[in-house]
Amino acid sequence: MSDRFRRFRRVIARVVERDHGDGADERISPDGGVVEERQPQQERRGIVGRLNERFGSDFVESSQFWLPPFLLMALFVYGAIIWNVLISLTDFRGFGSPDYSDLDFEMYGRAFADSGFVDAAFQTFALLIAFTLATLLVGLGLAILIDRNIRFENSFRTVYLLPMSLSFVVTAQFWAWMYNYNNGVVNIVLGWIGIDRINWIGNSQIVLWAVIFALLWQFAGYAMVVFLAGLRAIPTEHYEAAQVDGASTARMYWRVIIPQLKGSTISASVVLMVFALKAFDFLYSLVGGYRPPNGADILATKMVREAYANLNWAYASAIAIMLFLMALGVVGPYLYYQYKQGNL
Amino acid sequence: MTDRTRTDGGTVPTEQSRTLGDRLAVIDGYRVVLYLLLLGILAFFLAPIESGLVTSFKNGPGVIETLPITPPTPEYFTLQKWQTALDALGRGLLNSALYAVPATVISAFLGSIAAYGITQSNWKARYKAPILALFVAGIFIPYQAVLVPLSRFWSVVPLQEWLGFVWALGISNDYVGIVELIVTHVAYGLPICTILFRSYYKNMSEEMIEAARLDGATLRRIYRRVVLPLSGPMFAVVLIYQFTQIWNDLLFTLVLVSTESSPAAPVVLILAGLGTSLEGQDFALRMAGAFIAALPTLAVYIAFGEEFAEGVAT
Repeated sequence: MSDRFRRFRRVIARVVERDHGDGADERISPDGGVVEERQPQQERRGIVGRLNERFGSDFVESSQFWLPPFLLMALFVYGAIIWNVLISLTDFRGFGSPDYSDLDFEMYGRAFADSGFVDAAFQTFALLIAFTLATLLVGLGLAILIDRNIRFENSFRTVYLLPMSLSFVVTAQFWAWMYNYNNGVVNIVLGWIGIDRINWIGNSQIVLWAVIFALLWQFAGYAMVVFLAGLRAIPTEHYEAAQVDGASTARMYWRVIIPQLKGSTISASVVLMVFALKAFDFLYSLVGGYRPPNGADILATKMVREAYANLNWAYASAIAIMLFLMALGVVGPYLYYQYKQGNL
Repeated sequence: MTDRTRTDGGTVPTEQSRTLGDRLAVIDGYRVVLYLLLLGILAFFLAPIESGLVTSFKNGPGVIETLPITPPTPEYFTLQKWQTALDALGRGLLNSALYAVPATVISAFLGSIAAYGITQSNWKARYKAPILALFVAGIFIPYQAVLVPLSRFWSVVPLQEWLGFVWALGISNDYVGIVELIVTHVAYGLPICTILFRSYYKNMSEEMIEAARLDGATLRRIYRRVVLPLSGPMFAVVLIYQFTQIWNDLLFTLVLVSTESSPAAPVVLILAGLGTSLEGQDFALRMAGAFIAALPTLAVYIAFGEEFAEGVAT
């Protein structure tokens, strides 16, 4: 700590020296900012001064850093969403360009009358809830195991997190092979314990659960890392106090440790839920096409299929907006929570 | 009993920072069960990868006749699938690198300056909060909600014409998709980069920067001389995270490059359609292809596992 402090001090001393030494840098700060003795350009001081007064002393000078990236991001993210709302109100399909003169909510009505949409929405919710809960539970279990002062902790952690570094396109290939009816590992292992072969991908009752299991395999390591960071932040005294009170290990975790992981749980669930809403890559790659196996179609895949396979642009945009609203339902409360915690 | 305990009891028992785990280490059976469990889970996480690896070296009969988890015996062994996959994916590897590397570097740099401008300057927190909220929400946007406008945007922007001088060099104008991918990935990667850097800059000593400000250094000079040189560890985290994300992403490549037969097709796009045909699926080929496509991110992960973990956990 003190080492870092000294390093900072040295660096700053150098910066300041240079800054006073040559006046060349004055031109990059036209408002003159904090330094009174410099001569600010008179006319610009008016606007700059007023902006700074309103938003805080560095507002204008700091905007050269955050404003260009912010505008780029805002154009592509929020500009695009507004544009998407507009397109969803048109009847745009096929080739050509949308006609913005006749706007209505027809596409939203069409969605609720489309049984494919209703099924996809239902499956999206099933995926969202089952995947998030299962991954949180497994991740927490892994984190607790890893946190038991084991040997080779790093090696175990590295392997558990390994699937997260792989592309969904890659893991989908692995799992297509794992779930293969005749030669897949899953059916062969089940065969050893006397369970008949199951058609994991072809059976529309089962395929969604098979997909959830594969995604759990990929994301459990992520949840583990988040929970592990949470566990490591809990002071050792809490463990010791529980010990002194004579609590059993299970009881200690349940009563003392897990309640303190609220923050980790919230941030992990938001990431997992939002992922579940947009899980497209995996389902696309599992079959190598826009049409996921029967019973595993979710809104994310249906939206892309309607747009890029069927060219129903307006209809796809309407589905996208509903997907966006679902994500907002998850992220909105999260942002509010972060704001209340003082993290924004 | 004592010998056993000491060997897998882990750390040196004289250390002060003892936790419950250490104390439980004296119970032998407990440790044995714990390690068996950890190894079982290890097998679970490695099984799909191991099965894929051994299968990729098997010929047609080998895939059907041998167990999917046993390595191929000599009569079933072949390198031909790797050869075929490499031929199909080689071009894709290059194309992927062509957009993943620039997009990673640019988004990390822009994220760093954006986070600096918001975090280390004195304007009112009340006005910073909405800007930050927009950045954070940007991380969680389902990309489906921007896809149609994104396609419209890139069909309206005359990028093809602007880059006419590039096509004049004899480069296929399909590569316009690569340029679109760079800009797109930078724009959508910015929120996460900014938030990662922000969490880092927030913990930098404020008094130091404050002192430099009072002594008359401009924000730009402070960034270049103080903040940027100290950002190294976070740059490592962000670069690794972003590279993995961009390399692995399929959705944008599908929308912006669209066909796997394009000369500019990235590796994930080719892989998604590899080994599937009307006659059936060539799993050995798909596995070999999967490994080739995963190689760069696997290498990054093995070399920088810590930074990767930090990136995903934040």
